[in-house]
Amino acid sequence: MRSPRSVPVLVLTSTFVIGLLAGCGSDPASPDAQATAGTQDEQVTLSVVSLIPGSEQAAFDAFDERVAQFEEMNPNITIEPVEYEWRATTFAAQLAGGTLPDVYEIPLTDAKTLIENGQLADIDAQFKALPYAADFNETLLAAGMGEDGKVYAIPAKSIYGVALHYNRALFTQAGLDPDNPPTTWDEVREDAKTIKDATGVAGYATMAANNTGGWQLTAATYSRGGRVQQDNGDGTYTATLDNDGTRAALQFLHDLRWEDDSLLADTTLDWGTINQAFAAGQTAMYTSGSDVFTSLVETNGVTSDDYGLTAIPTEGADAGVLVGGTLAAVNVKADDATKAAAIKWIDFFYLSKLLDQEQAVADAQVRFDNGQPVGTPVLPIFSRDQYELSLEWVADFINVPLDQMTGYTSVMFDQPVVGEPSRSTQETYGALDVMIQAVLSDQNADIDALVQQGNTTVQALLDAD
Amino acid sequence: MTSYQVVQIIEPSGRRHTLADWVRRGGLSRLVFALPLLVVFGVFSWLPIGRAVVMSFQETNLIESSWVGMDNFRAVFADPLLGQAVRNTGWFALLALVFGYPVPLVGAVLMSTVRRMKGLYSVLAYLPVVVPPVVAVLLWKFFYDPRPEGVFNTMLGWVGLGPFPWLQDQTWAMPSLVLEATWAAAGGTVIIYLAAMTSVPAELYDAAEVDGASLWRKIWHVTMPHLRGVLLITLILQIIGTAQVFLEPYLFTSGGPANATVTVLLLIYRYAFGQSLGSDYGMATALSLLLALFLGVLSLVYFRLTRSWSTS
Repeated sequence: MRSPRSVPVLVLTSTFVIGLLAGCGSDPASPDAQATAGTQDEQVTLSVVSLIPGSEQAAFDAFDERVAQFEEMNPNITIEPVEYEWRATTFAAQLAGGTLPDVYEIPLTDAKTLIENGQLADIDAQFKALPYAADFNETLLAAGMGEDGKVYAIPAKSIYGVALHYNRALFTQAGLDPDNPPTTWDEVREDAKTIKDATGVAGYATMAANNTGGWQLTAATYSRGGRVQQDNGDGTYTATLDNDGTRAALQFLHDLRWEDDSLLADTTLDWGTINQAFAAGQTAMYTSGSDVFTSLVETNGVTSDDYGLTAIPTEGADAGVLVGGTLAAVNVKADDATKAAAIKWIDFFYLSKLLDQEQAVADAQVRFDNGQPVGTPVLPIFSRDQYELSLEWVADFINVPLDQMTGYTSVMFDQPVVGEPSRSTQETYGALDVMIQAVLSDQNADIDALVQQGNTTVQALLDAD
Repeated sequence: MTSYQVVQIIEPSGRRHTLADWVRRGGLSRLVFALPLLVVFGVFSWLPIGRAVVMSFQETNLIESSWVGMDNFRAVFADPLLGQAVRNTGWFALLALVFGYPVPLVGAVLMSTVRRMKGLYSVLAYLPVVVPPVVAVLLWKFFYDPRPEGVFNTMLGWVGLGPFPWLQDQTWAMPSLVLEATWAAAGGTVIIYLAAMTSVPAELYDAAEVDGASLWRKIWHVTMPHLRGVLLITLILQIIGTAQVFLEPYLFTSGGPANATVTVLLLIYRYAFGQSLGSDYGMATALSLLLALFLGVLSLVYFRLTRSWSTS
């Protein structure tokens, strides 16, 4: 039996240890955390989105150089870069867990819902202070405004139209002319088969998972004149997943998969992994946002030589090109000093290169020096003239193979544009995902039944909203 | 009589046991030793379980919540995907039972008959368990490439078996998952069985030898009855474990293709984190609660039924 004297010693020791541990937490009332509202001379630490995790070191170097330039201009702001990739499956968890950076990027279609849920900071006052606040493309700006007319998210980058990307080397290897990419869906099918027969590599691939499959199927639907959702004008929406365009797109995928065997048979491809597959030469063609070349270079190490870009084939009346883009938003928990710093960063990093010649050149110089793409075709955030002016400023630094992208750039401003479905977007995409996966994994998939079922599911969601 | 009772008799009658007595007898040191355990389990296990039960009756976004009674449970039962998830989970559990349950047993029996290099076989058996699950899944995902150049398809091609679609076919996806899950988990159970087999008295084997029993008769009549208790425990543990399978469907196929590998846990994950805007934690916790209740009832029934067969 232990001596009774050791008990008080033990009690004292444990109390001491527990007390130590309790005191180790951060003190929320420390002076740093409570920056005086509105004062811009307080030291502010701003966490911002940098690049997709796993990007090339050169891309990170380019980013860090821009951060250094910004910190030099704004000595009171310290930037903390955070690697980040927007994914439908992890965004909600990060938002709820509060691990999103102060400035982060969201797709165009998500902004309205996030604003309704009160998850974006009101940056209207800071936004209006920008000298060019009135010059934004109105449709893009409206996507980041709430019902109260205030701005919660600012159009930032990568305004894209969905386009067709192809591997010029594989085209050449298969005996096709890389300067003459397919312009109709039938030609896509023929070329895919030729490539598969000649080289053994899948001629075409499609995203199918994590809602990106639905995104591409929607683009394929638009390109064939269909629509997946109808705004009834009175606040209600009707799901139209069972339209002819979607059926035709699914039939196309089915034929490529089971009749021609020219489709990459992978139902787990999403935005990031299809880029990987393309970079690894596992597929000759696929559709994605027109600006994906930047990411292919930054993250997948693609070189210019083999890359080609052309317009997505559009057929039929009402055919259109799906457009989307990225907005910059500020974490709802940010205080005024952080919001002020955030606007400065958004202005500097995303927008100044489009409006200010000095910044455009500085940004292009940094990217050029680090071997990062300059001049990837994107749709304008301000006006077309402003966009073309900004390209003139950086003409000396443009290193993307623009002559291999003429299939897209020659028509990009003339294509009829259609926005993503505005209500329950991600759920619609999720339902479309299931259709693509079913068609790719089951030779006898009943396309009619699939679209009907998907339509019923999405309609139930739209009605519930 | 225990020493405690003796002490009680020796003390003057009518004296109550005070706090000081408890402290003197070492009650405080017992509490202090138990405190870290209580705190850790309380904060990381019991508190979240309690919160989950509360959340299953609320509609919440983790910042504001409102009570909605049984709405979440009703919504869960109304979900058309629930039936598919339950069926898929049952299918996974059944496949894992039929193919995965005997494998560690056979492995352990074979290893116990080996005379030399027993340690080497133990290491080889346990190695898959040591590989981090995510790494293992990504590795197998690569092996499961459906093209003829895929690793497994190439190996099977050597013996003339055609290229298989593995994860890309709705019928093949679940068995592919079970194969990897068995490979990853069998080693741990093998070690448990080997340890249990060392408790079999050697004289029994000698007696069986004298009676002219072959190796397999010895296993059936001597080893197996002794392993009965362990086998029953590992069976219910396997059922409970496979009912909660999440890692393989999530990493291999994200529930695809076309929801062929959606399991109950994956459905819970989708409710909670699947929608990029506005997650339904209420529905997620409601389904978790239902699953926990089901497994609890199952275990009770199981232990009732097997009471006569177990050795405890």
